[in-house]
This record gives sequence, C-alpha cells and structure tokens, in this order.
Amino acid sequence: MPDAIKNKNIANIGDNYAEKYGFHNPEEYFHKGARGLNHEVVEMISQMKKEPEWMRKFRHESLDIFLAKPMPKWGNTKILNSIPFDDIFYYIKPIDKQGTSWDDVPAYIKNTFDKLGIPEAEKKFLAGVSAQYESEVVYHSFKKDLEDQGVIFKDMDSGLRDHGELVQKHFATVIPNTDNKFAALNSAVWSGGSFIYVPPGIDVKIPLQAYFRINAENMGQFERTLIIADKGSRVHYIEGCTAPVFTTDSLHSAVVELIAEDGAYIRYTTIQNWAHNILNLVTKRAMAKTNATVEWVDGNIGSRLTMKYPCIYLVGEGAKGEILSIAFAGSGQHQDAGAKVIHAAPNTSSRITSKSISKAGGRASYRGLVKVYPNAQKSKVSVECDALLIDDASRSDTYPTMEIDADDVRIEHEARVSKVAEEQLFYLTSRGLSEDEARLLIVNGFIEPFTKELPMEYAVELNRLIELEMEGSVG
Amino acid sequence: MSKKTLLSLNDIHVTVAGKEVVKGISLDVNEGEIHAIMGPNGSGKSSLAQALAGHPSYEITGGSAKINGQDLLEMDATERSLAGLFLGFQYPQAIPGVTVANFLRAAIKARHGEESDELRSFRKNIKAKFDVLSVDPGFAGRYLNDGFSGGEKKRLEILQMMVLNPAVAILDETDSGLDIDALKVVAHGINEYFEEGKGILLVTHYQRMLNYIKPHQVHVMIHGKFVRSGGPELALQLEDQGYDWLNGKSEQTEQVGV
Repeated sequence: MPDAIKNKNIANIGDNYAEKYGFHNPEEYFHKGARGLNHEVVEMISQMKKEPEWMRKFRHESLDIFLAKPMPKWGNTKILNSIPFDDIFYYIKPIDKQGTSWDDVPAYIKNTFDKLGIPEAEKKFLAGVSAQYESEVVYHSFKKDLEDQGVIFKDMDSGLRDHGELVQKHFATVIPNTDNKFAALNSAVWSGGSFIYVPPGIDVKIPLQAYFRINAENMGQFERTLIIADKGSRVHYIEGCTAPVFTTDSLHSAVVELIAEDGAYIRYTTIQNWAHNILNLVTKRAMAKTNATVEWVDGNIGSRLTMKYPCIYLVGEGAKGEILSIAFAGSGQHQDAGAKVIHAAPNTSSRITSKSISKAGGRASYRGLVKVYPNAQKSKVSVECDALLIDDASRSDTYPTMEIDADDVRIEHEARVSKVAEEQLFYLTSRGLSEDEARLLIVNGFIEPFTKELPMEYAVELNRLIELEMEGSVG
Repeated sequence: MSKKTLLSLNDIHVTVAGKEVVKGISLDVNEGEIHAIMGPNGSGKSSLAQALAGHPSYEITGGSAKINGQDLLEMDATERSLAGLFLGFQYPQAIPGVTVANFLRAAIKARHGEESDELRSFRKNIKAKFDVLSVDPGFAGRYLNDGFSGGEKKRLEILQMMVLNPAVAILDETDSGLDIDALKVVAHGINEYFEEGKGILLVTHYQRMLNYIKPHQVHVMIHGKFVRSGGPELALQLEDQGYDWLNGKSEQTEQVGV
C-alpha cells in the first residue's frame, strides 16, 4: 500500500469508536415489530415480504428447530446462556422502499452511511454496493456492464423474489437449518443480506461490497447471504459492519453460504467492527468443487463476543481453500474465532493462518477443525496460529482439532504465543518512537500478512481500527 | 572558542539484575570528537551503552550525565533519542511485518512531525544513503532485521544513524560479525555521517575498526572502570599486547585480530 496513506492514518490519534461509528439515529421506522420470538413473528416477516410458500414453511420449521436445539456447550457459554431472546427485536423495516440512488434514501440514513464512508468508497473502487440498515437493505447499486453480462447482485429478499428457482435450488444446501442453533435462528427470521450469481467464465474484476449497520437498541440482525460462482467465474465480496454503543446487548447472527462451481474463485472479505455490546454469532461455510478456490479473509475487531469459524468443504478434486483470520480482543471482549476445512476429495489443499492480539484483559481463542476423509489422498494441509499478548492481563487459547483419515497427506501445523518483547520496544523507542507508537508498529507488523491481502482502502481502515483499539494501551 | 561538550558522563554507575557492572565512568565527548571504548568481554562497555540509551533493565544508580547540556538521566529512551543520542545496537531486534521504509518513516515522523520537509523528502534521502552503504534498493521493502545477515543488520544500524542524524552516536560493537569488505562499507558510512559538530563513541573489542575510523581518544575499560586513556596509539598497543598488561591477568577466551 502507498506509505503516504498508511501514515496519514497513523496520525488520526484521538478518534474513538463512539464518535466515529457509535452514533445513534432516532428510531422512526416504517415497521418495528414487537420484542420476542414466536411463530407469529415469523409469519409476520414472511407475510410482509410476500414470500413463496416453501420459504414460509422453511422459516416455521427452522423456528421449531431453534427452540428444540440446546445452547452449545462450548465457546463462551456464560454469555450464550444469558442472551435475552425475549427482549430482542427480530424484524425492523426502516423504510418502505429500497433506494437505487442515495437521493432516494432518507437523509438520516444517508448521513449514517456518509459518515461511514460508503458512498465515497462506492464512487472510487466498488462494482456494487448493498447497504443494510436494521433488517432491510435500504440502498443498492450495481454496475450496469456486469448486469448486462448476467451477473446478479441483489439483496437476498429481491433475489428470492426475482430468481426464485435459483435461490430455492441452493438456499440452505451448504448450511441446513439443522446445522446449529444460531443457523436455525437465522433461517427462521432472516432478512436482508446479499444474493450473488456469477455466470460461467465471468470475472467480476472489482469487489462487491455490503455494509451492515445496526441502529436500534436490542436489535437482532439476521442477514442471509448466498453467493454462487458458476464454472470458471471469479468474484470478490467484501462486508463491513458497525453499530451504536449501547449498554445492553444486540444480536447479530448471519448465515453465509458460498458455492464455488468447478474452477471458480470466490474471495469473501470481512472487516467486523461491531460495537462492544454486539453478540456476533455467525455461521459461514463454502462448498468448493473441482479445482475451485475459496478464500475467507476474516477480520474481527469489534463485538463483545464473536463465535465464528469460516468453513470450506473441499468436495471436488484439486479444490483449494484458504482462511486468513485476525482477531483483536480488547477489554471486555472475547473473540472465539477460527476456521474449519473438510477435505473430501483427492489432491485438495488448504491453508489456515490465524493471528490474534489480546490486550487489556481481552480474550482471543482459536478454534479450528481440519478433517481429511479417507478418499482425500495427496491432500495438503497447513495450519498456522499466532497469538500476540500485549500485556499480562490478556488471554489466548487454542483449540485445534485435526482428524486425518487418509495416509498419503502432507500436514503442517504451527502454533505460537508471543508477548510484545521488552527488547523490541526498547529498540524502537531508542529511535524516538513513543512506547505506544512502538507497540502499534509491532502490532501492525504482526497482522501484516492479513492487511496485505486487503484492497488498499480496507488495509488503511483496518490499520486505523487497530490503532484506535491500541490507544492508551497499558505501558 | 572552546568546543561544545555533546555528551558528558560524570562517575556513572550501572546495575543490571542487582549486579553493578559499570563502576564510575567519567567522559566528555566534544563536538568533532571520536572516542573509542575498548575492553575485553564482560568489561561493562556494552552495559554502559545500553544504560545511556535508556534500556529499562540497565539502571543508572549513580553519577550524572548530560546530552547537549540537558540532564540525560531525567529522560526515557524516546526522549534521549529525540535529544540527539543514538545507539547502534550490537544485536538489532527483528520486527516482523514492519518494512525498513515504514520503520524509518515512523522514526522520522516521531522526530520531525507529519508535515516536515524531512518526511516529504524521505524517499530521496533514503536512496542517497542506500548508495553510500552499497545497499540494494529492495532493502527498503524488507521486514526490519527479519532474516537479515549480520552484515545487513549492521549496515541498517548505520543507515538509521545517517537518517536520524543524531548529535552523538554510540556504536556498540558495530564491527562484530563483519567481513573486511562489509567493515569498509560500514566505516565509510560512519565517516560520511561524522563532521564538525558531531560526536561518536565507538565501543569495540578489536582494534581493526580503528584502521578506518580514527579516534581522538581511546579508553580501556576493564571490570567496569577505565583503566587507561590515551591517543590512537593505545589501540595499536592493545592489538600487540592484548589486555593482560592492563588487567593483571590473562584473557583466555578472546583472541585479538582473528
């Protein structure tokens, strides 16, 4: 990245989340349902969206599954068991109609996305933008030349309405509603998210972006994303998210399904910067067919608790998967992040790189699964977990699981926990850097393998976020 | 007009892990002077260097020190650097993921600020200094000291000194681990930096560096004290005779002039 830009951002000391992202708009909504979850709420959502019968049934069935399934007995069980499901708003429709121009969007919502820099980014370097506010996508744009090539990029609700058969064929095939309690919850009350289809051989050269914003207190946001890259096509999708700072928790529980057909390439980049009162419980999974490649680039900076383990099923010969994740756990945060790869075909390869930073009592956990089925001979697996502790109060745990049932495979696994060394700090301070500047430089270096994979503007943004989190770190 | 004193040490004592390793060192480095501190391993010369730069584990327990007339001991490592002191490390630290260019830029910014000419003309200045040190331009994009050879690390130390342009540079065993060609290059860099108004304190075990950098004074340090000070000829005498005649006992672990 150009150094001038990187440096410019290191100068922005003094910002903070509350000012920059944590503002809250009045809640003047087209529709705000009641608190709590039951079949009436599910029915209301489906009715308001005028959905086909199969989806209506799917939602009700999913709610039953959610209610029947016990809470997971792993991860942060204390927080999981205290989620006040009855206090949450499951569906808020902020405005009646989605805009295709920012002028169509109410000023207070436009201002929100202006402050977050979305319209600016759209002008500069995106092929399409989807902006979700509470439960619905309020703004959507997409470049016409891509549309003319048959590429579909819509919010999930419009996708279901306009491309019903395609959606029905793939929806919940990668993550069934029985997968886990929160996938069932999302399946019951999902709203918004993105639907993307890239026809065979089409290369979407510039990224598509979705931005998710929660505004209301005690909100539950349940977007649903399905991306299908047909044979030999390529696409890069980026998502970002923020919310106001409240004292009570809000819930974000997304389901994201990716399908990479033969020879296709999907990269899915996330910069998660939720306020520290958001519980972020997300299921993300990809299916990679013959010679397809899927990459999850997953950055977790915000939230009170994140439990998220992007997964790739390598189901076709020669398929490749890469998961690159970073987690920053500051005071009061628990980032329980990780990765899963299932090798179910020969000659498949995967690489997991996980980096976590814990500061001021924050806790970062790596939870990973690599499974190699007996038929997945000549597969390659590489797992690297690096944890950096900024101080003695912070915590890092690693829960790696490897189930290797094929005998002709190559496995590499490395795990390291390190502390910011006094000698490194002295070296940098002896060059005139303050201790905070020195620590920030060390942390930025630590996550460089991640930031260098991001488009420049996002790398800048990420470095800035890290800087905000590092501010006033203990000396 | 008398020369200005850049670094003034008066009866400095240093303790590491509860043990006193420097036991009363006094020294003035004036403008335009190069001083060499020589001594066998364990004599306390590197500890003195670390303590002066402000390493938190090296505690200065007695004496006083001034840099450019300011009280050195009141400052932390950052402030000492900004006041014009530089330490060329014997063992420079690796910072993975941070490029040499970004590190140098951060250091210049810390010194001169965001809007400074120094920061604006950074690229051009660095390039000129790379040339002096016969460093490949690709060096700027490598991670700081990460996987560097011994010679590369020492060149980078000298490069930093040239970029930061301190009033006084303490160079701790800059010659160790260098072959003769690398030594010449590094010495060339040091001589480029050195001019009227600058001071250098060379800490070294061997005389060979002094073939390329002429000290005005040589101090022999043994067991935490200067046991003798003299002109450049003292270094040559040490090369011939070792430290035994000053020490009173033989030094078995080191061979001079290897």
